[in-house]
Amino acid sequence: MKYAYYPGCSLEYAGRPYDESLKAVFRALGTPLTELDDWNCCGATMYMSVEETTSLAVSARNLALAEQQGFHQLIAPCSGCYTVLLKTNRFLRESPELKAQVDHLLGKAGLRYDLTVTVRHPLDVLVNDIGIDHVALAAKRSLNGLQLAPYYGCQIVRPERGFDDREFPTTMDRLFERLGASCVYFPLKTRCCGGMLMTTFPDVALKLVSELLDCAIANGAHCVLTTCPMCQVNLEAYQSRLARKFGSSHEIPVLYFTQLLGMALGCFDTELGLQRNLVPLNAPLAGLVSSRSR
Amino acid sequence: MRSEQRVPGSLPESQAELRRKFLQDVRLVPGGDRVSRCLQCGACTGSCPVSYAMDISPRTVVALFRAGQVEEILRSRSIWICASCYMCTTRCPQDIKITDLFYAMKRTAMDAGLFPDRFPVHLLSKNFVRIVNRYGRNHEGLLMAGYYLGRNPLGLLALLPLGWQMFRRGRVSLFPKKIKGLEAIRAMIQEAETLKMPPGRHPATYEKDAVGYAPTV
Repeated sequence: MKYAYYPGCSLEYAGRPYDESLKAVFRALGTPLTELDDWNCCGATMYMSVEETTSLAVSARNLALAEQQGFHQLIAPCSGCYTVLLKTNRFLRESPELKAQVDHLLGKAGLRYDLTVTVRHPLDVLVNDIGIDHVALAAKRSLNGLQLAPYYGCQIVRPERGFDDREFPTTMDRLFERLGASCVYFPLKTRCCGGMLMTTFPDVALKLVSELLDCAIANGAHCVLTTCPMCQVNLEAYQSRLARKFGSSHEIPVLYFTQLLGMALGCFDTELGLQRNLVPLNAPLAGLVSSRSR
Repeated sequence: MRSEQRVPGSLPESQAELRRKFLQDVRLVPGGDRVSRCLQCGACTGSCPVSYAMDISPRTVVALFRAGQVEEILRSRSIWICASCYMCTTRCPQDIKITDLFYAMKRTAMDAGLFPDRFPVHLLSKNFVRIVNRYGRNHEGLLMAGYYLGRNPLGLLALLPLGWQMFRRGRVSLFPKKIKGLEAIRAMIQEAETLKMPPGRHPATYEKDAVGYAPTV
């Protein structure tokens, strides 16, 4: 299966460890990714707040480009991009009126879109296409003894009925359990981290983040795994601020799931962007790192 | 609640106009007309992780809409606190696309220029759109700077230590870059703006700025 890779604006900088570790993991598994040429911003949640049809057209340009470049599978790691691109596909499929308007706009950009592209999340591709067996065979080290809080966030399983349950997904849990780790009880695994509220209503977002981290820490997790750049930054970047605001420690490493997966596959720390995380690795994680200097 | 002398069953013109605009938007959302099926069970409010911070709960928002009081919704903070986590949509027993309705209300608010007092949250979205229209991709530095500088410069200062930590680790971009197909995207946006205008009006022409961008509105 050929996959086009749509990083999205966040993965270029803020979510760079996700981009790097994702590419490393797919390389290690023998399925290299081809970046979509000249992709544009998907519009995220904010474009849709201002303009609907234009937002759909801006998002659809990426789907049209994928078709043009010969791909029918588009991997979108960022939850925001994933949701928007899926929504675009669904709206265009279900509303002929919207499709006609968007087709007209795409025509002005010299493009057309025939609804032949399927948008996939890398977690879905790894577990359901490549398969847990294949990943387990390729693993170079076991994650035995590691306790994880797998945090899916809200948008990779909602609102579309996609590759997993919308409130209690288990794709990430199954993947890492097969690699030897154990997943702690973590009922808040799909509760919102606040997303853009960290900028617009920080008090609300900080409360949501503190509830998530408290749950993970209280249940004995050594680290939190995320699937979205916004979630990862929200959970990782404000831990000392939370300590000041709520009193207790909220320190826990927050990794992109592809970073830990890469560690299991024997990728080097720099390939996985581990030096870019804000919270230092603790003892259980540090023992799993392959460093180039050694 | 505002008291108005009204003939039962009719709406004041301003409310009717808002409702018409909103309904137009809602109709385009696939399944949007299902809002009439709401049975006020409150599952949406119960599931919403941020409803505690809203002045009008999601359930009440739907009730107000059906009662024709759209302006009251738009003057509240509720729609702007929605983080679009879709939990309400997932649990609604009548399969109403509540989150998508909130998006539609955000758009109606921006078109009508109706916001809660001293509340520039919508500026973030507008700024985002401006950046994407200018470069084809979002640039976080510009987005943050644009949002804070106008209304809360101290807030930006408070972010600097974090910004520096991220920059040291290669997670902050200083300079935005344009995508190759930018002209094509602008052509699309220009066309969308032209289509929205009432017949007989033409878009104003602007001089292109230093990065070759001329706003269409």
